[in-house]
Amino acid sequence: MDDLLQEFIAETRETLEALSGEIVAWEAAPGDRQRLDAIFRFVHTVKGSCGFLDLPRLSRLSHAAEDVLAAVRSGERAPDTSLVNAVLAIVDRIGELVEAIDAGASLDDSGEDLLIAALDEGSAATVHANAPVVQRAPTRSVRLSVDLLDRMMSGMSDMVLARNELARRLRDDGADPVVEAALERLSLTVAEMRDTVTRTRMQKIEALFSALPRMVRDTAAELGKSVTLAIEGADVELDREMIEMMRDPLVHIVRNAIDHGIEAPAERRRAGKRENGRLTVSARQSGNQIIVEISDDGRGIDVDRVIAKLARTGRAEHELRALSDKARLNLVFEPGLTTKDDVSAISGRGVGMDVVRANIEQIGGRIELLNTPGGGLCLAIHVPLTLSIISTIGVGVAGQRFAIPRQGIEEIVSAHAEAIRVDMIGDTPAATVRERRMPLVDLGRLLGLNAGDEERHPDMLAIVGVAGGSYALAVDAVLDSEELVIKPAAPAVMAVGTYAGQTLPDSGLPMLLLDCAGIAAKAGLRFDRAAAEEEEVHGGVSEGVQALLFHDLDGARRLAPLAAIDRIEPIAAEAIRFSAGRLRLSIDGRIVPLAAQGRWEERAHLSVLRLHDGAQEVGYLIAEALDIVHLPEELVPAAEEGPVAGVVAVEGEQIEVLDLHWLFANHAEDATPAAAPVCLLEGEGSDWMRTFLKPAIEAAGYRAVTRLAAGEKAAVVLAMEETVMAAPTSVPVVRLRTQREGASADSIYRYDRAALLGALAGAAGRRA
Amino acid sequence: MNALFLIARLGGRNVAIESAQVESVVDIGAVVPVPGAQAEVRGLAALRSRVVTVIDARVALGLPPLADAGGRAVITAVDGHHYAVLVDALDDVAPFTLEPLSPGIALDHGWRLAGCGIVEREGEPILAIELRSLIPQTAVAA
Repeated sequence: MDDLLQEFIAETRETLEALSGEIVAWEAAPGDRQRLDAIFRFVHTVKGSCGFLDLPRLSRLSHAAEDVLAAVRSGERAPDTSLVNAVLAIVDRIGELVEAIDAGASLDDSGEDLLIAALDEGSAATVHANAPVVQRAPTRSVRLSVDLLDRMMSGMSDMVLARNELARRLRDDGADPVVEAALERLSLTVAEMRDTVTRTRMQKIEALFSALPRMVRDTAAELGKSVTLAIEGADVELDREMIEMMRDPLVHIVRNAIDHGIEAPAERRRAGKRENGRLTVSARQSGNQIIVEISDDGRGIDVDRVIAKLARTGRAEHELRALSDKARLNLVFEPGLTTKDDVSAISGRGVGMDVVRANIEQIGGRIELLNTPGGGLCLAIHVPLTLSIISTIGVGVAGQRFAIPRQGIEEIVSAHAEAIRVDMIGDTPAATVRERRMPLVDLGRLLGLNAGDEERHPDMLAIVGVAGGSYALAVDAVLDSEELVIKPAAPAVMAVGTYAGQTLPDSGLPMLLLDCAGIAAKAGLRFDRAAAEEEEVHGGVSEGVQALLFHDLDGARRLAPLAAIDRIEPIAAEAIRFSAGRLRLSIDGRIVPLAAQGRWEERAHLSVLRLHDGAQEVGYLIAEALDIVHLPEELVPAAEEGPVAGVVAVEGEQIEVLDLHWLFANHAEDATPAAAPVCLLEGEGSDWMRTFLKPAIEAAGYRAVTRLAAGEKAAVVLAMEETVMAAPTSVPVVRLRTQREGASADSIYRYDRAALLGALAGAAGRRA
Repeated sequence: MNALFLIARLGGRNVAIESAQVESVVDIGAVVPVPGAQAEVRGLAALRSRVVTVIDARVALGLPPLADAGGRAVITAVDGHHYAVLVDALDDVAPFTLEPLSPGIALDHGWRLAGCGIVEREGEPILAIELRSLIPQTAVAA
């Protein structure tokens, strides 16, 4: 925390120095938009940093100044002299406070209310805060120019090379052991020195990420939200300069994600999400770039609202609407934009996005947005890899050395080892490593290093994991593993597509760093992402009962055992009807009984779980399938019988499990027609029977026919009282009469449904 | 306007390179090839602690490549990257006045891209070239 505070102080001090010119210029020309933006960025940054460093006074001052400046930016207020003075007084005060914090002195805060009050419209008070002169305490850090560090770095490298040269000469000349011992000592010092010097320039991105957990927790707590933070790839090592430059944008983005992106718990529940928002921050190196991704599972960006807001500031709405999807999304980077209606102390007004982009572009980077309205936002910062230390594996191909980033390598195996096969599938080589089949890329051939040498077989396989899958990279030899300082190569070299950078190892011979993803692309490997994910789902959860996690129509998340689900299909609302006394779905030319909990009429997207018990089918309407999870053994039974069997705990959340037995008991049609007993409608009156009686009989689970098909045997015959049977059979006969009161006890009044069905059942030997 | 020019031999001809483009003139040691790169890219070489990309200027000019890599090179920095442009030999450094190409002189392919004017040495016209334009994948300054 102290480090961060020191950095904040140094940074604020520096910005203030740089800003002093701007302030004077703004004073002279208050209408100057650029100056206004620069000052606005400053107070916004201060506000962001001190909210997180827990400096409430600074936070209050900067927030107040930001409010006023935002009003000026949006044209609500005119930048008159009193406003300019008031803002400048606050900027001065921020400077004084920062010095006081640095010196560990306390500063009387009596004047601050006045300073803030002076910002109000119509306030005539011009406040001159008389700051006590604060003695600047000696700080234990210095700021150096990057240029100087670079010179130190390259001087260091020269020294290493000179040492190597010297060692070689001495070895060749058969040097005196005393000289050798001295050289040994020199080597040790040089190695240590190099390490130190490298650290002055490089830093693990962890330094950038380490402050996040605390910040996320505090920010979320302040907003009454709960957010789980996941950090990945913290050990990527980066140019310190880059880390410094990315700090503010990262803080802004994370705050924005928590404030604007992730919804309040109640809203999340309503949307069927887990209450805990998820925020993932990851860093990875890809080619000649470092990509830092910040993704949340919040509400995403509502592009329509962004446009509406911009339209209110005087932009032509139809022009904005006419933009491409991507351009519309990028409107969030417009200065002075806020998508939030109320202002909070966290990220204020959605500003910062223009600041963020300006900062990133300043270091030659760019920002990409991946927006899923209602589902979250993924923001990827791409920054050029100016300098990085990467742990690499050296490989040899056709006499040349290359480095492969160790991060991408899953394992290295000998091509001649027992469990390894290399085969040709068609003309495509494939490797089978312990039952796992994957494409094989011969590095030498890909690079054209051993053309014409078809019979050559590489000795080593490096199994490389790239997005979507793995492949085996065949090389002649695996030489060593080394930490290397990687620099970007010239455009002409990068254009090849297979290299991620260049380096100068101790040998003094330049070496290229291979780009594993680039090699896969160059070799034409295609990995189907969906297939890989599916494999993961099925491979990952292999034990126990699997269940489908889904969003139900009533907003709850429920589970259904996977084994009972035949298929999950998206359906149109038109296919659902409340007909013949129950909800039914027409699908595949059939009608399937349907169960649902909640309203489906207004939903645009519906899916149905087609549940099957082996004989019968019941559809269960859901909003959306989510995931396949392991069904916990422990189930707490439901309080009463119903569609829900009970509740289980999945990742600490209570989730209801569907009661399949109940669903089938209450919703399944009695039997499938093919297996139903045949009821033969015999003799005269069969027309009446066909029209009036058949549906009732079929509803009871019989198949009513007027004529038996060849080989078919009736389970029961239905005939009118007076019908004379063609031939006496062993099949039981149920007779009907037309009068309510009949003479014969063995006939049934034809409209007495209960008696009729009872008789049929008795005759056919089925349950009533 | 007088400026300092480096007179070098390139592809059997004399060329003039304005010294502002030249960082240094060196003898290149071992060159590590970059498989897959364009023919102009001879490879990478170490220049003390710095890695430079070695450009065969003859290929860039549409001439047959040099038989063996190494030898004399002019170091130039373009867009933050350092390149060593191989030349046949170095002749002279002297101030000259850059003049536009005489009207009607049409340079052939490779030279047309690189040529940016003429300097005159004791009556002999020498084509002044832009090193930047010999380097592949670099936007030629307008």
